Amino acid sequence: MTSHKLRKVDVIFSPYSVAPYKILKDTMQRDKNEVIQELIDSGLRGRGGAGFPTGLKWKFAAAEKSDIKYIICNADEGEPGTFKDRKLLVEVPRKVFSGMAICAWVTGSTKGYIYLRREYRYLIPKLKEELALYEKHAKEFDLDFSIEIFLGAGAYVCGEETALIESMEGKRGEPRNKPPYPIQDGFLGKPTIVNNVETFASSTMVFRYGAKEYIKLGTDDQHGSKLFSISGDSPKEGVYELELGMRLDEFAEEFGDGDTKAVQVGGVAGFCIPRKNFKDTIIGEGNTTGGSTMIFNSTRSMYNVLHNYLEFYAEESCGQCTPCRVGTQQLLKGIEAVKNGTKPPQYLDNLIKLSETMKLTSKCGLGQSVTNSFSSIVNNFREEILF
Amino acid sequence: MTDKVTLTIDGQNVTVDKGMSILDAAKQIDVRIPTLCHHEDLCVAGNCRICVVEQKGKNTLTPSCATPAEPGMEIETSTPKVRKARKDIMALLVSEHNTQCTTCYRSTNCELQDLAAEYNIDNDIYISVVKPDLNIDKSSWSIEKDDSKCIRCQRCVRTCAELQHVNALAVTERGKDMRVSTFMHLPMNEIVCTNCGQCITHCPTGALTERRYYDKIWDAIDDPDKHVVINTAPSVRVALGEMLGYEVGTRVTGKMVTALKKMGFDSVLDTDFSADLTIIEEANELLVRLKKAFVTKEEVALPMITSCSPGWVKFIEHMYPEHLAHLSTCKSPQQMFGALTKTYYAEKKGIDPSKIVSVAGMPCAAKKYEANRPEMRDSGFMDVDAGLTTREIGHMIKQAGIDFLELEDSNFDSIMGESTGAGVIFGATGGVMEAALRTAYFVITGRPVPFNDLNITPVRGLEGIKEATIKFEDCLPEYSFLEGVEAKFGIAHGLINARQIMDQIVEGKSPFVFIEIMACPGGCIGGGGQPIPTNDEIRKKRIAAIYEEDMNKPIRMSHENPEIVAIYEDYLEKPLGEKSHHLLHTKYRKRKRY
Ligand SMILES: Cc1cc2nc3c(=O)[nH]c(=O)nc-3n(C[C@H](O)[C@H](O)[C@H](O)COP(=O)(O)O)c2cc1C
Ligand code: SF4
Ligand code: SF4
Ligand code: SF4
Ligand code: SF4
Ligand code: FES
Repeated sequence: MTSHKLRKVDVIFSPYSVAPYKILKDTMQRDKNEVIQELIDSGLRGRGGAGFPTGLKWKFAAAEKSDIKYIICNADEGEPGTFKDRKLLVEVPRKVFSGMAICAWVTGSTKGYIYLRREYRYLIPKLKEELALYEKHAKEFDLDFSIEIFLGAGAYVCGEETALIESMEGKRGEPRNKPPYPIQDGFLGKPTIVNNVETFASSTMVFRYGAKEYIKLGTDDQHGSKLFSISGDSPKEGVYELELGMRLDEFAEEFGDGDTKAVQVGGVAGFCIPRKNFKDTIIGEGNTTGGSTMIFNSTRSMYNVLHNYLEFYAEESCGQCTPCRVGTQQLLKGIEAVKNGTKPPQYLDNLIKLSETMKLTSKCGLGQSVTNSFSSIVNNFREEILF
Repeated sequence: MTDKVTLTIDGQNVTVDKGMSILDAAKQIDVRIPTLCHHEDLCVAGNCRICVVEQKGKNTLTPSCATPAEPGMEIETSTPKVRKARKDIMALLVSEHNTQCTTCYRSTNCELQDLAAEYNIDNDIYISVVKPDLNIDKSSWSIEKDDSKCIRCQRCVRTCAELQHVNALAVTERGKDMRVSTFMHLPMNEIVCTNCGQCITHCPTGALTERRYYDKIWDAIDDPDKHVVINTAPSVRVALGEMLGYEVGTRVTGKMVTALKKMGFDSVLDTDFSADLTIIEEANELLVRLKKAFVTKEEVALPMITSCSPGWVKFIEHMYPEHLAHLSTCKSPQQMFGALTKTYYAEKKGIDPSKIVSVAGMPCAAKKYEANRPEMRDSGFMDVDAGLTTREIGHMIKQAGIDFLELEDSNFDSIMGESTGAGVIFGATGGVMEAALRTAYFVITGRPVPFNDLNITPVRGLEGIKEATIKFEDCLPEYSFLEGVEAKFGIAHGLINARQIMDQIVEGKSPFVFIEIMACPGGCIGGGGQPIPTNDEIRKKRIAAIYEEDMNKPIRMSHENPEIVAIYEDYLEKPLGEKSHHLLHTKYRKRKRY
């Protein structure tokens, strides 16, 4: 476990010192395998939550044989408390498009989509202007890859990549069984690469600086920089680009209000870390790296926090699979029952076991990750749940 | 050659075709894995999660129905982790389920109940999350929908989409409110539903059932004033045994008749009789149309399509309202029977038709709706007072305390109890076509159809769309216009296949002169009123039983049925005659697509 001091950096949001389309053009002069290797060497992982190594994803996609391949930029950003992808699309869309275009070039894709969160539809006119500019450059570079905007279905679960694909196919946004993965059998049955907005923007910056330079940011375990949407009891709510690998105590000190009791790292799907563990926690290690970080001070009832999360889950689960659909309701009713005394305190242990069953048996990341916040809050703040 | 993969399941090596699921691979070595959302007829859903197994090298459990076998996989199907997870999932399903086994129609034939018993959710810890506001929808004549018993496996949704292409049922809402509903949440009688009942036979629980009418029938039987007549369809006799302790594919015709008589039906008759009658009317209708097309060159709708499957009839009324002229005007055998029961039968027996209660024992849910169509009152009464499913008949036999296995055989009553092998095979897909061709060929040429033992094998089997070509040679003078004509006949079962046939017609590309369509996969033997479960293995066995019954019949062509000969001599006068027209034929109505 290595860490370093909290450091704000300016990679992803850096203004266009080298125009992104020049990066695209330069990259296209290189050998494709070399380009993929560079991305692998950069250690870049997906910024959408699951943290899959981006270089490997592109490599697998490049190896797929198919007449057509699709690239989807996941801009569904349904997680409460996050707005980093929106900021990227507003401020540095060219980095995002350039990342998509490089991906298209190395994987042999001709068609790209931006799956845009429904609430962000007001961005469309601006994005269309930017896309026109992109198309102009693509034409100039002789790159056969067009990008279209697809308006999301308006449900949190549609951010899950296979639910997203289902919804693009005009079906109900329910996650699919995996395997097959989208890389093999995605949109319209064709190989499909789904990456987060930030992942595409970061990949552009990897090619801008080269893996050697990029990897200087971060630690041995986590490379580069990442955007954090900070919300909750913070005087500095907002989106920050931070070097990966910082300790939570420093983070709380920088962004908290001096009275931080707990931090939810990695969004609702992540873990709730209590103050006593801040020193031993490095953000992004052993916990997920979803974009949102919520800070709670001592005035917060952790029962209410958990209750809110569970209400969110019980409503946002797509409802198709038993453990998630019924499990989320049971967890919610369960803590209510413990609170009002109709179930004994020990019932919380049953509920933790249930959340583990949900992790083992749910179909997608939503149901699988409920246990993260549930167990970490119940284990660390048991008293607050009970009384 | 297909690729093979070898994996181990519970320590045993097993080699299977590439792409096969872990579940099916396990079946090959007799390892049973519980399932709920899985059904052999349907595409994979993987949503109930009861079939999870442990896969070496993976932290989470693997849904065996939804995961293809991969080379070198190491699977364990019964570890503590797996058993605990399955029990937890069962407990969750039960917590969401309005458990009422003592009053539930599916009790003892319910997959949820079976698994709940197996996993014995004795320490039922979870809080009930049954939704209080879920109603039982009894609006349809055929289908009853009780959402409080639904486990959201979506088998019905997939059935209605994949097998029937009707899409009457769909998932709505998310999370805790997710449920199966209809277009705009309308009641079942207001939506585009064919009443085929396939969703019922594919539902693992009591959430979808047929509307039951047997109490009404008991009342009629108990009423000394009433003369209660039942006719039973060919498919009932090859499936009823499944509910009463017999192996799938056992013919129980004689015992069924005995049981119905013991129960107090005044007369137990055979729908096969009216199936034979349908053949005569329909074959003649086809010949008239062909004559118009070939000789008088009149505008006439060809191909002609059978109309004996009321689910199919409602489907075409909704989906292809502009093409209803293709339907034969013949009523289904059930409705012909009903109309004749209250006219011909009443007359012959000297019974006041207002005192007759005519009951149809059917493999079908749609026939309940059909019996209630306003057109079906040509006798001056409701031609058929109630349709019972095979399942309801099974229940009634049990209710009557009859020891079915010990019963002697008996014969159908008369009149309208005599039938031929041609009437019997109506129950299987291709059967109506085969029966029609046996008679039509004879009428046209004066000779039996040129197939071994009259078995027109190309029209048989479970393929979704089948065709047969028959060349007419040495025709009788009246049909010389067909001399040398090579006619193509088509057969489809399952409405998704019907749609293909219809799309061909719409495009003007249909190669056929005559088409048989059955709403249910496999034909009536796989009907929505048949014992549950139904799958291809079971369909094949029921079909085999039907053809056995055919081979055992002394008469195998409808026009040779002596009672058919008699009814034309005594009553109807001639096929397509005025009485026939009045009692045996009907009209269809255009319905809305949505
Ligand atoms: C319930 C759920 C919601 C998700 N929502 C998002 C989202 O809004 N944006 C996103 O990029 N990824 C989201 N993901 C992750 C995607 O499934 C997928 O892993 C990601 O888009 C892949 O891109 P990456 O490798 O660049 O992270 C979600 C996953 C789950 C399980
Ligand atoms: S885990 Fe939840 S969100 Fe994911 S498929 Fe299952 S019910 Fe849907
Ligand atoms: S559906 Fe099954 S488990 Fe539910 S009440 Fe009916 S028989 Fe019992
Ligand atoms: S009865 Fe048939 S058409 Fe109606 S909902 Fe069920 S499967 Fe669909
Ligand atoms: S009605 Fe039956 S088949 Fe349909 S989802 Fe519910 S339990 Fe499954
Ligand atoms: S039977 Fe496999 S998930 Fe339902």
